[in-house]
Amino acid sequence: MDVTFLLNGTHVTLKDISPTTTLLDWLRIERQMTGTKEGCNEGDCGACTVMISDADGTRALNGCILFLPQVNGKHVTTVEGLAAPDGTLHPAQTAMIEHHGSQCGFCTPGFVVSMATAHLNGATDHDTQLAGNLCRCTGYAPIIRAAETLADRPVPDHLRSLAKAAPTLPQSQLRQSDAIQPQTSDVLAQWYLENPDATLVAGATDVGLWVTKQFRDLGAVAFLNQCDDLRGIRETDTEIHIGAMTTLTDLEAAIESHHPSFAAMIRRYGSVQVRNAATIGGNIANGSPIGDGPPALIALGATLHLRHGDKRRSIRLQDFFVAYGKQDRVPGEFVETITIPKQQDTLRCYKLSKRFDQDISAVCGCLSVQRDGDTITSTRLAYGGMAGTPKRATQAEAAMIGNPFNEATMRKGMEAMVEDFQPLSDMRASAQYRLRAAQNMLLRYLHDINGAQTNVQEVRT
Amino acid sequence: MSVAKPLPHDAAALHVTGAARYIDDIPTPQGTLHLAFATSQVAAGTITAMNLDQVRRAPGVIAVLTASDLKHDCDVSPSNHDEPLLATGTVHHIGQPVFLVIATSHLAARFAATKGQIEIDATVPILTVEDALAANSRFEEGPRIYQKGDVLAALGSAAETLSGSIDIGGQEHFYLEGQAALALPQECGDMLVQSSTQHPTEIQHKVAHAIGKPMHAVRVETRRMGGGFGGKESQGNALAVACAVAAAFTGKPCKMRYDRDDDMIITGKRHDFRIDYTVGIDGTGRITALDFTHYARCGWAQDLSLPVADRAMLHADNAYHLDHVRITSHRLKTNTQSATAFRGFGGPQGVVGIEKIMDHIAQHLDMDPLAIRRVNYYADMGNPEQTTPYHQPVKDCIINALTDRLATSADYDTRRAAIKDWNAQNPVLKRGIAITPVKFGISFTLTHLNQAGALVHVYQDGSIHLNHGGTEMGQGLFLKVAQVAASRFGVPLDTIKITATDTAKVPNTSATAASSGSDLNGMAVQNACDEIRARMEKHLADVYDTADITFVDGRVKVGNQEISFAQAASLTYQARISLSATGFYKTPDIEWDRIAGRGRPFFYFAYGAACTEVVIDTLTGENRILRADILHDAGASLNPAIDMGQIEGGYVQGAGWLTTEELVWDDQGALKTHAPSTYKIPACSDRPDIFNVALWDQPNPAQTIYRSKAVGEPPFMLGISAFMALADAISACGPSYGDLQAPATAEAVLAAVERTRA
Repeated sequence: MDVTFLLNGTHVTLKDISPTTTLLDWLRIERQMTGTKEGCNEGDCGACTVMISDADGTRALNGCILFLPQVNGKHVTTVEGLAAPDGTLHPAQTAMIEHHGSQCGFCTPGFVVSMATAHLNGATDHDTQLAGNLCRCTGYAPIIRAAETLADRPVPDHLRSLAKAAPTLPQSQLRQSDAIQPQTSDVLAQWYLENPDATLVAGATDVGLWVTKQFRDLGAVAFLNQCDDLRGIRETDTEIHIGAMTTLTDLEAAIESHHPSFAAMIRRYGSVQVRNAATIGGNIANGSPIGDGPPALIALGATLHLRHGDKRRSIRLQDFFVAYGKQDRVPGEFVETITIPKQQDTLRCYKLSKRFDQDISAVCGCLSVQRDGDTITSTRLAYGGMAGTPKRATQAEAAMIGNPFNEATMRKGMEAMVEDFQPLSDMRASAQYRLRAAQNMLLRYLHDINGAQTNVQEVRT
Repeated sequence: MSVAKPLPHDAAALHVTGAARYIDDIPTPQGTLHLAFATSQVAAGTITAMNLDQVRRAPGVIAVLTASDLKHDCDVSPSNHDEPLLATGTVHHIGQPVFLVIATSHLAARFAATKGQIEIDATVPILTVEDALAANSRFEEGPRIYQKGDVLAALGSAAETLSGSIDIGGQEHFYLEGQAALALPQECGDMLVQSSTQHPTEIQHKVAHAIGKPMHAVRVETRRMGGGFGGKESQGNALAVACAVAAAFTGKPCKMRYDRDDDMIITGKRHDFRIDYTVGIDGTGRITALDFTHYARCGWAQDLSLPVADRAMLHADNAYHLDHVRITSHRLKTNTQSATAFRGFGGPQGVVGIEKIMDHIAQHLDMDPLAIRRVNYYADMGNPEQTTPYHQPVKDCIINALTDRLATSADYDTRRAAIKDWNAQNPVLKRGIAITPVKFGISFTLTHLNQAGALVHVYQDGSIHLNHGGTEMGQGLFLKVAQVAASRFGVPLDTIKITATDTAKVPNTSATAASSGSDLNGMAVQNACDEIRARMEKHLADVYDTADITFVDGRVKVGNQEISFAQAASLTYQARISLSATGFYKTPDIEWDRIAGRGRPFFYFAYGAACTEVVIDTLTGENRILRADILHDAGASLNPAIDMGQIEGGYVQGAGWLTTEELVWDDQGALKTHAPSTYKIPACSDRPDIFNVALWDQPNPAQTIYRSKAVGEPPFMLGISAFMALADAISACGPSYGDLQAPATAEAVLAAVERTRA
């Protein structure tokens, strides 16, 4: 496979690469550019953060789980490319020096790339922008002090041009027997029909680890990031259509006005770097019982649209998850779109994890209760982390319907939920805690809707 | 004078541009080979067979070594000679290295290491405190006991007694740069080793044994680490020894770095502890008797567990004066990673024990926990009679004055009252606040380690080469010591070249540990600089016939004349006077009998206090730090910016240890939290929204370098205030004692909330 990209402004064309070579390994080993660090090799620490620009803008991504074909036709800026051509440091670099933002310095290149990317995009929500960069030395305070000084500093010219004009690079030809980078979903559909055992790579935030940690042979691989027709969100009067390749970043922005609680949860899904890569289609299709997208979408009554060659079918999202590790998807079939019916917003998403940011849920409860006056008419209580699949608490739902929206009803639901779930104990939480917390989320929902303060994140001294 | 200035880290410009080199960034000669360990998947048992054919056939593999292929003594223990580099017939924990792959690339080595077939006749592993006690599986013949007064009599006559227990989880270091080493074979079989280590001399020592050479044949160099925190005091031995052995075997340079998961599965962590207590109190909450039992889970090898467990005992009093006290310490041997040094070195566990008691007493008496703490504090300076449980007089105490100032600046009383009102209004969320103190003993408890060396050259152009035995892991040691050197010669800081730690320049060094780095190396460098400066002064005095000589601002004033420092250096050189000197320092006035538990192990104490406010969710146990105020004693700070960085970072790391950072092993002894996806160190938003940090502004009464105080470890224990604030919030949930356990994950907090209602 051949790929072409710009690296800190320099044209790079690579012939016959292994398609699962990561950008980080290529930078450090082949290019001997060692400024970008490997901290965890799984996208959780941000030491490998790189800046990727294309027609859609500039984003921070984790280089350790970014395969070279994913940067094909893009502009890659590393820590070595942040300073101006004349050597003038980027404002993020100067601020980090002035505010004592580095101690051991190993996480620092990743931080300054994240800071420079946020600065370029005008983002000032530093805790969110930097949630994907771990530092073990400073306690973050000096890093945030540095980031806060950037707001009134101009974006350096050499980076501004990245944002203005996407690089127009010749797209290299990527089709070969065991790897393809299709430009349209039609091409993908046909190829996948012929290669039903192939691995589809959307954002590689999960598949990346199959390679870096498990040394899995992916077999034939299709990189979907250039299938523009699978990406994006459009709305009709009655539905929101989400393309499978829509990133979590784009989904968050689009869903905010409809279901702000869902958007708030997405802001805790991975990190900026992960959300810039991860897609909602991947989050669903990998079938994880602890993904955060499915419970929210199930609680919204979403429909999944699958494609197999030229055949298309639609199913309720909740029916897609058959059992642990088993989905209602035949080989060669892929997720094309998700649709959400437009509705009054009664959704609340409660993501429970050891750490607030960038942590996989122990329990993710997405609750929606519809009422007529004070009487509950219907509910969708969808949970992740409580079973082998994302699953609705149907017994709890049944116990609540027809009853008034009050604590007594919630306690009926909580009691009935014992019949819904037999969760597991693992490193994230015990079975007892999972069940108790899932039950208590009904009480939280009641307090939340009734206006009591229920979120520790919203408390300020 | 550059001392006391808030200068930025000497490598900051390299950090932010990616130009700072760590081990894996050093350009390597062509043909450099790469290593990976294959590790045991069984916690305890005997290896019955190994089939490594597929490993040898894997792409890029040059050689595969097992224990029987090793020619020399390849032990990697820092203490007890009980850690073979590769398993010798038996395995003792999941993650123990069994064979070593030498391959043409890092990925090839890691891939091949997965291809071995190791058959193990498994035995029942000893995993928990209870398992180890039942099997009497321990280090040392029995528990260590330190005592003062008559604890049993005092408990018997106490107005009231309380008993309890706390489980305190361990902690993964999560240095951002994983363990790494590079060995470059030299002529005559000598070895040059680049190692990410806090202890180059130990690496030199272990590598020399492993290749069958004297120490002079091995040179170890360490420019910087990407974080250490104690995790690179002994845990780098295995990689350096593996690289040296493989380099000797192949004749090629060999490099090894652990993948993050391997790093977390193989290397030791902070010891987890269970601490049981029975405490006697009077009606004011004053402790009249205290009986502690510590159970430390040490893992499979001794490593540094004995001094770690000792230091836990030595900090069982924290800042509280105890007349009748006994501390019994069990050092339990388990089939888990060999627990090792981690910032505080057992001290934090000891401190948590007594802070839990303060909380317990306060709950029991329905009093403000701060009042209980104050009534038990050591008296401030001027009371020579008070001694620690190990009979060291406490003469330098400032904790009362420091707490008073912090309580005022943090507005503790007003906020405590406001929180009580707020909690009454809020059905779901509850807030809590706590002030906790720190008193931390400074010196290695193994007395002979309290020494350091330095090597300083002044070149004839006036530039200065600085070297000492300390290592740089981000703490700013190199900068602080360079500030000392610049001050001694009265030159600007950029006159000083900071150089990598090198066993060929300064020999027989101690680990950069125990917060001792600037105390020891700063003094050694001062002595070396003063030696050279005295020679220069003597020569200039002869030439200019005056004794009035001062070194300031890069100039030397000689009587009423003035020359540049470079001219002074040149004149001294031309007079054939040496401009190079070694410096040496040993800490005075310390002596310690660790068996009897008597003596003066510490040269002085460092103090501090933190006030933390938190909020908890009583439905899920989710929690969050809202505000932290800290007042910390760094003596006369060598560099206030660096010290503030240690304090802020130490606090967050300490709070992380007691909240989100949870190590989970399964019932087979497999560590399930072996990556940042499952082991959660604090992220950006976990730091306090409001974070006020100030330095106590008094010099160290002890004669330390420029009267500064050690600052590496003590601030870690400031994070305990976050845990105690959570306990305070929990106390607002119901009438019973919440008995919060550590780490206070959401799950642990919810369990405690429910206990208050039981």
